[in-house]
Amino acid sequence: MSTHTGRAAEPTEKPPPPMGSEALDAPVDSKEMIINLGPSHPATHGTCRIVAHLDGENLRSMRVDIGYLHRGFEKSCESVTWGQCFPYTDRLNYVSATMNNVGFALAVEKLCGLQVPDRAQYLRVVVSEMHRICDHLTMVGAMGLELGAMTAFLYAIEARDHLWDRLTELCGARLTSNYVRVGGVSRDLPDGWVPKTLATLDRTAELRDVIDALLTRNRIFMDRTRGVAAVSREQALDFGYTGPCLRASGEPFDLRKAAPYLVYDRLDFDIPVGASGDNFDRYLMRIEEMKQSDRILRQCFQKMEPGDIGVRDFRYVMPPKPEVYGTIEGLMAHFKLVMEGIQVPAGEAYGYTEAANGELGFYLVSDGSGRPYKLGLRAPGWPMVASMPRVLKDALLADLVPTFDSFNMIGGEVEQ
Amino acid sequence: MSQAVAKALVERFPGVAHDAYVGPGGDDVVFVKKEGIAEVCRFLKEDPALRFNLAPYITAVDYLGQDPRFEVVYNCTSTARGHRVRLRVKVPESDLQVPTVTGVWSGADWFERYCFDMYGIRFPGHPDHRRLFMYDEFVGHPLRKDYPLRGRQPLTPERDVPDLYRGPGPETRD
Repeated sequence: MSTHTGRAAEPTEKPPPPMGSEALDAPVDSKEMIINLGPSHPATHGTCRIVAHLDGENLRSMRVDIGYLHRGFEKSCESVTWGQCFPYTDRLNYVSATMNNVGFALAVEKLCGLQVPDRAQYLRVVVSEMHRICDHLTMVGAMGLELGAMTAFLYAIEARDHLWDRLTELCGARLTSNYVRVGGVSRDLPDGWVPKTLATLDRTAELRDVIDALLTRNRIFMDRTRGVAAVSREQALDFGYTGPCLRASGEPFDLRKAAPYLVYDRLDFDIPVGASGDNFDRYLMRIEEMKQSDRILRQCFQKMEPGDIGVRDFRYVMPPKPEVYGTIEGLMAHFKLVMEGIQVPAGEAYGYTEAANGELGFYLVSDGSGRPYKLGLRAPGWPMVASMPRVLKDALLADLVPTFDSFNMIGGEVEQ
Repeated sequence: MSQAVAKALVERFPGVAHDAYVGPGGDDVVFVKKEGIAEVCRFLKEDPALRFNLAPYITAVDYLGQDPRFEVVYNCTSTARGHRVRLRVKVPESDLQVPTVTGVWSGADWFERYCFDMYGIRFPGHPDHRRLFMYDEFVGHPLRKDYPLRGRQPLTPERDVPDLYRGPGPETRD
């Protein structure tokens, strides 16, 4: 990151203080107070209540209350069949829905011992990385917005919408894509999609570079983010950080490299690592990761070959419609999958993937029926939000919201 | 991934860590008696050969009808050594208490609160032992298997405490 974090020249000598500055520098009697932010505050993205104990402008302590967006994700999933869980997983991190789909599908496949065909794996990587760019654009744009850089936010949203247009063509929805299935994906690429997406990627890269130019060397942005809410490497691990926030603190841990899943071991990409673990590094991490995702996507389009997009095992995957209407086996498989669900073997497994904000884990317990007995979600943003009172101790109130953004708290996944 | 971690635990803590096995997908799993969970976790974190430095993902399961009924599951990760291990701790309904591991990893904080909120398992020694998602007046623990899917909750009166940390009440309204 050294190319980006080049420090601006520090003034060698302090200018002489102007007249009467003693009065200006004298400590002001501060008042202690407790203010309540949220749960529905325009500056906190998502409903999250923060009770801040202030001494003047400094946060003496704070408490983060979540649960206002809790909708019983795990309970809902335990009452439906395995396949019906996918729309629920869409709504976890709604900015990068397919990554949740992929994480859940991989966890179920781990329990079933399924290996999906190559093309399906590439398609999963493609949608994941597109959504990773969307997620990072959101975080970068929102963080700029909190610090007064409205323009960067507009560019980010434009870039994100271009990507979402392509994903709409592929999945049929902008946000709640519901694209992945156990054993594969729901549909293949539409005609002419790859060249169109390459053009979109070019445009996204342009916009990303504009945002980079607007923010990364911006004096105000740097002053407001550098050294703010710095988390050391040991602290980050102790808090349970994963993803860009952990790497910003200097720990080169990325599940795509540490425990490669899908086809990530066949792709060439780098893991950017930060140094100081402050808000600025967390922001830079996103910019760099977008570049890497761009690289991954272009490689995928080159390496992808035509083939099956799902396993040909009708215990897991819906048979094609001609077989449902034309053969009794197809009809029976379809009926059983709809009525009873996939018969996942009894057992328990923990499936984990690298989502945009960190390790997205699903702890699954199956009792051999068609429904999950237990579905535990490890939301990537959870430990980050939990650590906020410690990270922001004695920080300024004005840094609270930008820090909240740098963790990219997504209410849908943190509050389940 | 190998079974090295689970084996090391069984050897180091005989009688406490037991019945190591390999789960689906090659997961390394070991059962741990709940009394010893804090020492096992401390050993996992501090042993130079293991170094489970990342705070684990902790969740709970309700095996209604089995004895012991509950289970707390620790999915531990080492970023330094690149291995993982899952600790399963059985918790009987008669004694719903598991020693906290917040002293080992502070990131265990909210995960343990989640287990308390959703399953009613207590973690003595936890620094901030409150519900995580539900409100304090919530009756029952929603992820237990005997909590109905469409369970209704009684209406709760407005809190009458002049304490901003707890919430608005008549005395602090104006």
